[in-house]
Amino acid sequence: MSEKLQSRFDTVLAIALILGMVLALYMALIEAPRERTMGDLQRIFYFHVAAAIAGMTAFAVNFFSCLMYLVRRKRWWDNLALSAAEIGVMFLSMVLVTGPIWAKPAWFVWWTWSPRLTLSLVLCLLYVAYILIRNYIEDPEKKALVSAVFGIVAFADTPLVWFSIRWWRDIHPSPMLETGGLAPSMRPAFFICMIVFQILLVFLLRRRFYLESVRSEMESLEREADAH
Amino acid sequence: MNYLFAAYTAIWIILAVYLVSIHSREKKLREEVRRLEQQIRDSKFEIRD
Repeated sequence: MSEKLQSRFDTVLAIALILGMVLALYMALIEAPRERTMGDLQRIFYFHVAAAIAGMTAFAVNFFSCLMYLVRRKRWWDNLALSAAEIGVMFLSMVLVTGPIWAKPAWFVWWTWSPRLTLSLVLCLLYVAYILIRNYIEDPEKKALVSAVFGIVAFADTPLVWFSIRWWRDIHPSPMLETGGLAPSMRPAFFICMIVFQILLVFLLRRRFYLESVRSEMESLEREADAH
Repeated sequence: MNYLFAAYTAIWIILAVYLVSIHSREKKLREEVRRLEQQIRDSKFEIRD
């Protein structure tokens, strides 16, 4: 894609994101009906779940990029893997912060070591470790190789988080769409929030990936400067 | 209502902090790229002289 076309795509993406966010906020906070038992508190659900799905998608992108790096050994895949991991951690931070804010009035505790909550925290920490490990390896190729292997292993926790509420007894609500727990009148707000968070994921991935491209450029200039 | 406000505020703060962090890292790297390009240009002139 040419630079001009890329910049045009970024502009369109940014506009879609701003408009989408306004719509998502309107749908979640105003349009969606008030839930009978939890009241307005339930409105946290729309952004909480959308952020969780965006985080899982980011970790899936990391997993795929790690695999591709092992196959192709191209820096491009390592850059994409790192960008996706960092963004996944950011989305999961949103989930881990909004979850307890929801839990306190609903369950009367901020946190409980239930399978879903514990595995989500472990998932977030695994990817924090993925990012930190990279700081301790100097050689770029070794760094990319070690983190690709670590990324593949870390991803094993993602399906556990996803299926934990289906496999084990958990205080966390069961999957709303599968069990029919989400009223049809709440579905438009849920799907719009989910789509907007996926757009946000693409937008952030492009920004973060660009940052890594500038870093690659800087590293090649450093090598050139050392050679002079 | 307070919890709802807190949750949505937290989401926006996390997103804003992350965007600012990307922007500041990019700015630093851009400056470093400019400095290195200048350094390489200068060293090329020195070799010619």
